Amino acid sequence: MTTTSAQADTRAVAVARLEEEWQEQRSLRSWFATVDHKRIGRRYLITAGAFFGLAGIDALLLRTQLARAGGDVLSPDQYNQLFTMHGTAMIFLFATPMLFGFGNALVPLMLGARDMAFPRLNAFGYWVFLFAGLVMFSSQLLGVAPDGGWFAYVPLTDLPYSPGRNLDVYTLGLIFLGVSTTAGAINFIVTAIKLRAPGMSLNRVPLFVWAIVATSFMVIFALPALNAANALLFLDRRFGTHFYQPEAGGNTLLWQHLFWIFGHPDVYIIVLPALGIVSAILPAFCRRGVAAYPLVVLATITTAIISFGVWAHHMFATGLPSLSLSFFSAASVLITIPSGIQVFAWVATMLFGRVVVRVPLLFVVGFIVTFVMGGVTGVMFGITAFDMQITDSYFVVAHFHYVLFGGAVFPIIGGIYYWLPVLTGKVASEVLGRWAFGLVFGGFHLTFFPMHLSGLLGMPRRVYTYPSGLGWDVWNLLSTIGSYILAAGLLLVVLSVVLAVARGPRAAPDPWDGDTLEWAAATPPRPYNFASIPQVFGLHPAWDSRTLSRLASDEVLPGHQAMLTSELDARPQRLVSMPEKSLRPLLAALALLVVVLGLLGAVYWLAIAGVVATIVVVVGWLWPPQLTEAGAEAP
Amino acid sequence: MTGRLFTESTAPEALAAEPAPRSIGWWGMVGFVTTEAALFAVLLGTFFYLRFQHGEPWPPREIERTELTVPLIMTAVLLPSSLPVVWAERGIRRGQPWRLRLGLTATIVMGLTFLSLQVMEYRTKLREFTLTTDVFGSLFYAITGFHRLHVAVGVLILSWVLAASLRGSFSSHKHERVSLAAIYWHFVDLVWVGILFTVYLSQHL
Repeated sequence: MTTTSAQADTRAVAVARLEEEWQEQRSLRSWFATVDHKRIGRRYLITAGAFFGLAGIDALLLRTQLARAGGDVLSPDQYNQLFTMHGTAMIFLFATPMLFGFGNALVPLMLGARDMAFPRLNAFGYWVFLFAGLVMFSSQLLGVAPDGGWFAYVPLTDLPYSPGRNLDVYTLGLIFLGVSTTAGAINFIVTAIKLRAPGMSLNRVPLFVWAIVATSFMVIFALPALNAANALLFLDRRFGTHFYQPEAGGNTLLWQHLFWIFGHPDVYIIVLPALGIVSAILPAFCRRGVAAYPLVVLATITTAIISFGVWAHHMFATGLPSLSLSFFSAASVLITIPSGIQVFAWVATMLFGRVVVRVPLLFVVGFIVTFVMGGVTGVMFGITAFDMQITDSYFVVAHFHYVLFGGAVFPIIGGIYYWLPVLTGKVASEVLGRWAFGLVFGGFHLTFFPMHLSGLLGMPRRVYTYPSGLGWDVWNLLSTIGSYILAAGLLLVVLSVVLAVARGPRAAPDPWDGDTLEWAAATPPRPYNFASIPQVFGLHPAWDSRTLSRLASDEVLPGHQAMLTSELDARPQRLVSMPEKSLRPLLAALALLVVVLGLLGAVYWLAIAGVVATIVVVVGWLWPPQLTEAGAEAP
Repeated sequence: MTGRLFTESTAPEALAAEPAPRSIGWWGMVGFVTTEAALFAVLLGTFFYLRFQHGEPWPPREIERTELTVPLIMTAVLLPSSLPVVWAERGIRRGQPWRLRLGLTATIVMGLTFLSLQVMEYRTKLREFTLTTDVFGSLFYAITGFHRLHVAVGVLILSWVLAASLRGSFSSHKHERVSLAAIYWHFVDLVWVGILFTVYLSQHL
């Protein structure tokens, strides 16, 4: 009895010391210098949420213009900028950063780690994302926003057809943002490879982490194509090269190939983590693990690989040789199989589990319904003959909103409600959440279902207005009404989150009784996540009494240390010390911002100054610590 | 020799052992080099796509077949430049900082020689064609220039490691940054082979 209480005392002292060492003072400096993955993750979520709001306002303006035939709310030029920024921002500045935000906040917790593998790189990635977003949105205020559509096809976007800075904002902004995405992806991969809790062998890794890792691998291989495409377009526009100009030997289709070699994997870069969120939410509300775990993992990886072989289905109408049409058509139909496996796994989980209907589950169910509908129209597009008829019509707009809004935004909202206790320590109101779900689900389908019909009736996408009498009027009006209902629903989501954070009750520890390690930490987690290193014995560590009792009694790991484990079996290897807070990530991002602004404004001395500043900051950042006589690192 | 190596490395004991532990820095650098390699693959793929979509004549405007002497000398300087880095890294692993410093200096000198030879090469080429002459000119300068940027960054990184080693930052136990810089240099070095084949040799086939 006395020994146990003595042990408890030592443990309490050790935890108190840990608290002291990890405590971040509430100062301005610490706000800018923090490397805590939870704070950075929250920032990603809030910033991406704000960009979602801005891009959503763009969309409401578009719908207002299209509410009736011959609308005159917007000029054609404004319309072009708005639909381009809506698409570009939703894809690049909202979807991926939002899901990376979830990854940042949750991956280390789910793995039982104390932070990401490269905490400072993580902070750097956030600042770059923020600055890239600010550059791109501020162009909208100045009236020079990109206006060539979110996939910016040449020759329209090349000279002489698009003079002005608009497309330079696009090319440079996306390359700048790509730095952040690449850094984030490498960080996720290394974290998942090296920082898993002892015992978390590959067959015990949570499905959400699998999804984030598969996504990160896709980013590593796909993003260079987009960066190269944008760099070549920038060179064409600014320095007179001829990559996309046939009159000097270039080729316009090169852009489409490069863009979609990135662009189709990007669809799954957005959807896979969202599917991971679904797989993470379901166990808590079905009271069992996701059915067919190995199949879901294999389906995730298969999707990631096959997605690199379907890009030309965006180009069926460009006159490619018919052999390549059949190949890409077959691959496009094939890729629905792994997605189908995941859908059946989720349905089976609900069927064989004990379903608890709460707000996060509602959004998951809404996701399954909507995503399957989007998948069905997707298979239709995979068939070349159908695609030829319907490409570039509103049917396409309907399809990809079903897949991207249904496939990503529903799980994201579900994820916000589910993880709000981890992110903020509060639980959102169930009543407001249900109203929000009703409005979002109803508003979504009222907005986008009619677009299938206006598309089949021949309405092309990206027209700023249309004459009446073509049978499109009623469907457009319905879409516009739906978009306002959808906006009301989304506002209600924001309202319920803000109310919960401002004056909601404190969440009970582990309020949903979740199965992964983020629920085994405190709610919300302490800055060091876990006082002692978790030991994992199965797929659902937070439901495992062995893990929980060892977490409460194991020796405390002191200081800023983390445990490295082996790549496959997560056997303990050694302790390493983690970097502490630093202003250098912010400074490096600012220096890069100077480079981008210099290039954008054609003030090349400024760009060169930015490059020099970046080098200076990075050299200091990575300077190795002095060795003492004994060869150890000096403190 | 190879046969014995093969039998040894596939023996049951060898297969049962876990591979040597890799640090997070090693995985991070490998991830970075992988995405960089994808970027070069895209650029070289772009070259061949444009070349074959264009058909004959290639290059589109009258450009004489590229002279190979200077680029081959450049290759002869750059390719072996990885060897001193390997030698230097092994040296510090055995606790011989002088080998680290000497090897790094040799590689930096070879890298700088490559960059100066390329200036000569650009001087001759610019008399024949520029970035804006036609799509071949654009490809030539964009791809070689982009690689040149990587060599310059590599020289910078190696100089930084050299400076740190002169200050005594590395020991037989603590030299991870040396290994990471070496990975980057090997990559920059190997990519040149692909570029040499694509922009220079492929025309002579």
